Amino acid sequence: MLSPSLVIGASLAYLLLLFGVAAWGDRRAAAGRSVVGNAWAYALSMAVYCTAWTYFGSVGRAATTGVWFLPIYLGPTLAMVLAWTVLRKMIRIARRWRLTSIADFVASRYGKSPMLAGLVTLITVVGIVPYIALQLKAIATGYGLLTGPSGGGDGLGSAGLWWQDGTFYAALLLAGFTMMFGTRHLDSTERHEGMVAAIAFESLVKLLAFLAVGVFVTWGMFGGPRDLFERVAAQPDLARLLTLGGDGGGTAFAWGQWFALTLLSMLSVIFLPRQFQVIVVENVDERHLKRAAWVFPLYLWLINLFVLPIAFGGLLFFGSATDADAFVLSLPLAQGALWLALAAFIGGLSAATGMIIVEAIAVSTMVCNDLVMPVLLRTRRFRSRHGGDLTRLLLAIRRAAILGILLLGYVYFHLAGEAYALVSIGLISFAAVAQFAPAALGGMYWKGGTRRGALAGLLAGFVLWAYTLMLPSIAKSGWFPDAFLLHGPWGLALLKPEALFGLTGLDGLTHSLFWSLLANVGAYVGVSLWRAPSALEASQAALFVDVGDAAHAGPAFWRGRASVAELLPLAERFLGAARARRLFAEWARLTGAARVEDIRADAAFVQYVEAQLAGAIGSASARVLVSSSVQEEPLALDDVMRILDEATQLRAHSRALEAQRASLQRATEELRAANEQLKSLDRLKDDFMSSVTHELRTPLTSIRALSEMMADDPAMAADQRQQFLGIIVAETERLSRLVNQVLDLARIESGHADWADEDVDLAAVVRQAAGSMAEALREQGCTLTLDLAEPVPPLRADADRLTQVVLNLLGNAAKFVPRPGGEIRVTLRHDADAVRVAVQDNGPGVPPGDRARIFDKFHQAGDAASRPGGTGLGLPISRQIVEHFGGSIRLRHDTGQGACFEFRLPWQPSIEQPAEQHHSPGDKR
Amino acid sequence: MSIPILIADDEPNILVSLEFLMKREGYTVLLARDGQEALDLLRSERPRLVLLDVMMPRKTGFEVCQEVRHDDALKDTLILMLTAKGRETDIVKGLALGADAYMTKPFSTRELVQKVRELLGSPG
Repeated sequence: MLSPSLVIGASLAYLLLLFGVAAWGDRRAAAGRSVVGNAWAYALSMAVYCTAWTYFGSVGRAATTGVWFLPIYLGPTLAMVLAWTVLRKMIRIARRWRLTSIADFVASRYGKSPMLAGLVTLITVVGIVPYIALQLKAIATGYGLLTGPSGGGDGLGSAGLWWQDGTFYAALLLAGFTMMFGTRHLDSTERHEGMVAAIAFESLVKLLAFLAVGVFVTWGMFGGPRDLFERVAAQPDLARLLTLGGDGGGTAFAWGQWFALTLLSMLSVIFLPRQFQVIVVENVDERHLKRAAWVFPLYLWLINLFVLPIAFGGLLFFGSATDADAFVLSLPLAQGALWLALAAFIGGLSAATGMIIVEAIAVSTMVCNDLVMPVLLRTRRFRSRHGGDLTRLLLAIRRAAILGILLLGYVYFHLAGEAYALVSIGLISFAAVAQFAPAALGGMYWKGGTRRGALAGLLAGFVLWAYTLMLPSIAKSGWFPDAFLLHGPWGLALLKPEALFGLTGLDGLTHSLFWSLLANVGAYVGVSLWRAPSALEASQAALFVDVGDAAHAGPAFWRGRASVAELLPLAERFLGAARARRLFAEWARLTGAARVEDIRADAAFVQYVEAQLAGAIGSASARVLVSSSVQEEPLALDDVMRILDEATQLRAHSRALEAQRASLQRATEELRAANEQLKSLDRLKDDFMSSVTHELRTPLTSIRALSEMMADDPAMAADQRQQFLGIIVAETERLSRLVNQVLDLARIESGHADWADEDVDLAAVVRQAAGSMAEALREQGCTLTLDLAEPVPPLRADADRLTQVVLNLLGNAAKFVPRPGGEIRVTLRHDADAVRVAVQDNGPGVPPGDRARIFDKFHQAGDAASRPGGTGLGLPISRQIVEHFGGSIRLRHDTGQGACFEFRLPWQPSIEQPAEQHHSPGDKR
Repeated sequence: MSIPILIADDEPNILVSLEFLMKREGYTVLLARDGQEALDLLRSERPRLVLLDVMMPRKTGFEVCQEVRHDDALKDTLILMLTAKGRETDIVKGLALGADAYMTKPFSTRELVQKVRELLGSPG
C-alpha cells in the first residue's frame, strides 16, 4: 500500500520533470540548437500513439482474447512501410501551405471550405472525447489501485465521491499543463519544440516502466517465458488464448476482423489528430521519416514484447481475467514490490499525459481555427484589417478550447466511463478518425475529388459510424433502451444497427467499419464525379496532387489588385507585428525587392501571405480574410485550367532546358575525356618513337664511328680492323632484328598481323624450337631438358607464332645462364581448361626492381654489357601473341633460383578476346 | 702528361670505339659503364673532360651532370653530352643542367674530335 501523498507527490514531481524537459527543449530551440531536430526525437515522439490504452488495455485484451491485441500495432508498422511515399507527400503539402491540423488539411484541399473544416473538427471532437476520458479513467483507476485498501483487488469499485473530485482536479491540472506546453508562445504557427522533446522523453519513460514490469513478472514471479507458457498451456480454460481463435473465443480465425483491426490502426496512426500533429506538423526534416520508419515499429515491438507474459502472469496469479486492465499495477503490488508499482503507475501516467497533451493541443487548434474563427469572421470588426493585435485573442481561444476538451473528457468519464472496457473506447475513436481517410488520401492522389464529394463522404461515414458503433455502445451501457438493437428501430429488422441490411456474422467493429467506409468512399467518389469542381477546388487539387519537391514552387492561382499596404496590417493583426514584418522582409529578400514597401503584390505574394495567415488561423479563415481585404477578380474554372496549362508548359520548358543543359554538359565531358585519351595516346606514341629512335641510333653510333676510324686509318692493324668489323656486323644484325621486331609488334598491335590458325601440337612446337636452339646451346655449354606431358590435345592457334614465343623465352634464358654450366628446363602441363608451358633457367633471375616492367617495351633487365643482342621487344611481342589466343604470360616468383617464365593458353578463348583490345600501339596492358 | 678524359656509356661497343678514337687523339682515357661509376671516377681521377651518355643505368647522364655542377671540387669539369634521343627537349634540358656541349648519336668522329679540342682549348 502506498500513501496518497506519496503517489500524488511522485506524479507531480514527474509532471514537473516533463515540464522541465519541455522548457529545456524550448530554450535550446530559441538558442538555435534544437534537440528535436533529429530523427530519434521525431521517431520517439510518434510513440505518443501508445497511450494508457496500450499501457493497461493491451494486457487486458491479451488476457481475454490472446493475440488479438496485436493488429493495433501491426497496422502502424505497415503504415510506416508507406511512410516514404504517403507521409512524405503529406508533410510537403502541409509545409508548403502551412496546414496545422487534419481539419485544415482536408478543408484546404477542397477549396478551403470552412464547412468541411468544421465538419472534420466536429467529428474529431465527438470521436476523441471518449478517448480522453479513457486516459483520465486510467489515471484514476491506477491511483485507486495504488492507494486503495484492497491492494491487489479491484480498484474500480472504490469510485466514491472523493474520487470524482480527484479526477476532476487531475483533469484541471492536465489542462493547465497542456496550456503551458502548447500555447506558451504568442507565435501560434511555429512548431512546439519543447512539447516534442517532452513527448519523446515521455515515450522512453513508459517503455522502460512497462519493460521493467514485464521483466519482473516473467523472471521475478515465474521461471521465464517458457515456464509461463507451459503453465498456461496446462490449464484448459487458458490454453485457448494460445490459439488463433476468434475475438470472442470462437474456433475459426476471424480473418475479416483481423484485417479490419489492422486497417483501422493503419489509418489512425496517420489521421488521429495527435499523430498528424507529431508526424506532419512537428516534422523538422522530411528525411527523418526514413529512420522513424524502422524506429517506430521497433518501439511498438518492444512495448508489446511483455504483453502476453504479463497477461498470463496475471491470469495464473489471480485466477481470472477480472480487471486484467490493471495487471500491470496489481501484479507488482500483490508481490509487495511497491516501488515497481509506483514506477509502473508513473509509466501509465506518462502514457496518459502524453496523449492528452498532444491531442488537446491538436484539437484546440482545430476548434479555434475551424469552429470559432469562422463565427468571429462574420463580424465586421474581425474582418477589417485594422484594429488591435489579435494574436493574444487566438491564444486565449485555444486555451479555452483545451480546458473545454478536458472538461468534456471528464464529464464523459464521469457519466459513461465505468461502462466500457478500455480497449473498446479506443477502437470507437479509431473508427471515427478513419472516416477522414477517403477525403484526405483521395485528395492527395486524385484531382477529381470535390468539396461536395468530401462533405457527402464524411457525413455518410460519420452518420453510419454513429448509428452502428456509437449508439449501440451507449445503449449497451444502459443510457437508453436497447430494444432497437435487438429488433431495429420501429421494428424494422433491416435497420438493426449491428446487423444493417441483414449483414451478420461480423463483430460490431468490423461491421461498423465496413458500412461506414463503404458509404464514405461511395459518397465521396459518386458525388465528386457527379458535379464538376469549382475553380478554387480545381486549383487546390492541382496544388495538392502535384506538390512536387520543396524547391519547386507551384503556379499561383489568384487575380486582382493588392498592395503591401493592405496586406501588412492584416498579417500584423493575426501574426503579431514583429513576425509579420519578418515574413515580409523575407519575401522582399527572396524576390530581390530593396524594401518591404517595394514588394510587387502579385499573385505569388498574395498566396504567400495567405499561407502564412493559414498557419495561424487555418486556410479557410485565411481565405475569407484575404478576399475581404484586397480587390479580387473571381477566377473561373477556365482560368484555373489556363494557369495550370501555362505552369505545365513552363515546367516542360524548364525540364527541356534542363535536359539540354545536361546533355551539353555530358557532351563536354565526353569531349574532354576523348581529348585526354588522345593526348595520352599521343604521349605514348611519342615515347615509343623516342625509344625506337634511341634503339636505332645506338648501334648506328658504333657502326659509324668504327667505319670512319677505319676509313681514316688505312694502316690500321689487321687484328684491330678484324675486331671492329666483327662489331659492325653484330650491330648490323641487331639493327635488322630491331627493325623486324618493331614492324612485327606494330602489325600485331594494329591488328594487321596474319594469323594462320590451325590445330597445333604444342609439344611439337616446343620440340621444334628446342631443336633450332640446340646447337647454340651446346656451344655455350648449356643443358636443355624437356619435360612434356604428352600427348597434348590439339590447340587452335598459329604454330609459327607460338614457336616465336618459345624461341624468345629460350633465347632469353640462354642469355642469362652461366657459361658453362647453364641449365634450362622446359615444362609442359595441361588440364581441362588450359595448357601451360614454363621455361626455367639457373641464371641470376630477374632483379626485383625490374620484375614489374619486364614486359614493357624496350625495358631490358640487367646492364647492357650482360645482355648482348637484346632489343627489349621479345617479351612484349610474346605477350601480344599469347594474349591474342586468350592466354597470359607471367614471371613466376615461386620457383626459387633463376628465372621462370610461364605462359598459359586456354583450350577455349573467352568471348571477350583480349587481343582485340590491344590495337593502340601504346597500350601495353 | 696527356689530358685525361672520361668516357661514360653503357653500350660496350660505343665504349670500344670512343676509347680508340680518343686514344688516337692522344688523350688518356678512363671508362665508366654507368652513371655512378662515372661519378666515382670523376671524383677520384679528376679528368678534365667527360663524354657523357644520357641513358645509363643507376644514374642518368642528366643526374651526373647536375651533381658535377653542384660539387665545388668538380664543377669546372667540361661536360660533353652524347644522346641517342634527338629530341629538342633533351638538348635544352642537358644544356640547362650545365653541359658545355651536346651531340646526338650517331655523330661524325671528326666533329666529335673537333668539339673536344675546342672545349679543351678554351680557357678555364
